[in-house]
Amino acid sequence: MQLVTPAIGLVFWMLVTFSLLLFILKKFAWKPILESIRNREQTIEDSLSLAEKTKSEMIRLQGENESLLAEARKERDSMLKEAREMRDKIVGDAKATADEEAKKLMNRAQDEIEKQKSAAIAEIKREVSVLSVQIAEKLMHQQLENNAAQQTIIENQLSQLN
Amino acid sequence: MGPAKKMPDFITLFNSSSVRKMFATAILSTFSFVSAFSSHANDTNAETHVNTEAGHSTAHNEHAKPEKYDPGKMIIDHIADAHDWHLWGEGHDAVSISLPVIIYTKSQGLVNFSSARFEHGHAAYAGFELNEKGVIVWEDKANTEVIYDISITKNVLAMMLAVITLMWIAIGMARSYVNRAGKAPKGFHNLIEPLILFIRDDVAKASIGHKADKYLPLLLSVFFFIFVNNIFGLIPIFPGGANVTGNIAVTMVLALVIFLTVNLNGNKYYWKHIFLPDVPVWMYVIIIPIEVLGVVLKPFVLMLRLFANITAGHIIILGFFSLIFIFGSMSQGLGYAVSPLSVAFTVFMGLLELLVAFLQAFVFTLLSAIYIGMAVEEHHH
Repeated sequence: MQLVTPAIGLVFWMLVTFSLLLFILKKFAWKPILESIRNREQTIEDSLSLAEKTKSEMIRLQGENESLLAEARKERDSMLKEAREMRDKIVGDAKATADEEAKKLMNRAQDEIEKQKSAAIAEIKREVSVLSVQIAEKLMHQQLENNAAQQTIIENQLSQLN
Repeated sequence: MGPAKKMPDFITLFNSSSVRKMFATAILSTFSFVSAFSSHANDTNAETHVNTEAGHSTAHNEHAKPEKYDPGKMIIDHIADAHDWHLWGEGHDAVSISLPVIIYTKSQGLVNFSSARFEHGHAAYAGFELNEKGVIVWEDKANTEVIYDISITKNVLAMMLAVITLMWIAIGMARSYVNRAGKAPKGFHNLIEPLILFIRDDVAKASIGHKADKYLPLLLSVFFFIFVNNIFGLIPIFPGGANVTGNIAVTMVLALVIFLTVNLNGNKYYWKHIFLPDVPVWMYVIIIPIEVLGVVLKPFVLMLRLFANITAGHIIILGFFSLIFIFGSMSQGLGYAVSPLSVAFTVFMGLLELLVAFLQAFVFTLLSAIYIGMAVEEHHH
């Protein structure tokens, strides 16, 4: 029976001690401890979410970089292509111009040649006619030395006048 | 000491939550050095006891009637409260700390003196004396005036020492938390913080919900009060060994605190549930008395459970020790022969009691949290 009978003294001291314990621990222990645990948990959570955000930002930046790089590569390719085309065009143009020039030169040369040729021919013709006149003069000379022959010719000519 | 060496691992591992789940085991291993120490202490005590027994039977034969060993009396003496704190020795060789006696009576007012004046019940002082149960009574048996005995007894002193230890640990911890704000927990924190987090997350928040923060200081104080006193009760030498949490007065006050907290914070749903339950009106005759009884019964059961568990643990450990002296009183050799077995059983029980020490503190706190949760719960239907 003694065991299950609460002693008044112990009840009294227990009340006093436990109330004091409750008051002191609540004020000086649990409050700061719980607060700093909560703060720490908050800090950890914030840090984690920040890390997560940074990670996704990094991924985004990386993707952006990649697309930028791809774009740059494309641009480079197109520039190269353009340059090549330009070069081809320039070369082609130059060739065409050169061809034309050459043709023009050729034509001019041909014309010149033709002109020279016809001039030469005319010259030759003149020369030939002079020569032939000279020859004819010479021939005439020879022929007119003979009186008989001169007579015939004059007669011929006179007859023809009729 | 193997488990004690594992402590650093436990500390470094601590931040993972899986370890938190297993902390009951961890606490057990961390405190196992205490049990190793206690078993050693028990062992030496046993030796002295046997020696004194031998001394009594041979050298000090002048005692008119040789003391017969009474295990029941020994056990009750150990688990009951006392006005002095017996340290060691038997009979005239006993060494004990005399504690102050404080008595209030209507006729004499407040009287206080050292319990040494009673000479262990052999003398009366200021009209008072100790009866055979260690209770202070009037020397004049005819006097029936009520004696209010508010002495600093063994249990009061043990409880105060445990409370001072607890305050010292908790306030020191709080200070180091403030000083190391924003840094990782260190050293001793790692041992206490899981307990605090466990009470906060798995007991208070799980049972009370978003209002848990208001009751958390109370629940933490109750838990650590019971836990520290349970552990102190398992240490066989001063300042441990008192049966504080196995004393019905202590558990009664704890239960009373919970009873008041529950009923002073009970909301309208709580009271409606008791006095206007959702049952047909004719059943009120049965339901309301049951509910009202339940209000009282819940803290009453809290009181009994803690008291019974801790007292039972002390009785079993003391019972195993008694075996040595029961056999020793038959034959000295038999006493020696039985002692290893008895010590082995006691070590086993000591380990079990370490678990019980934690478990009962946890159960008391959990049930308190559940009762508070039931009283402050908001119904949205």
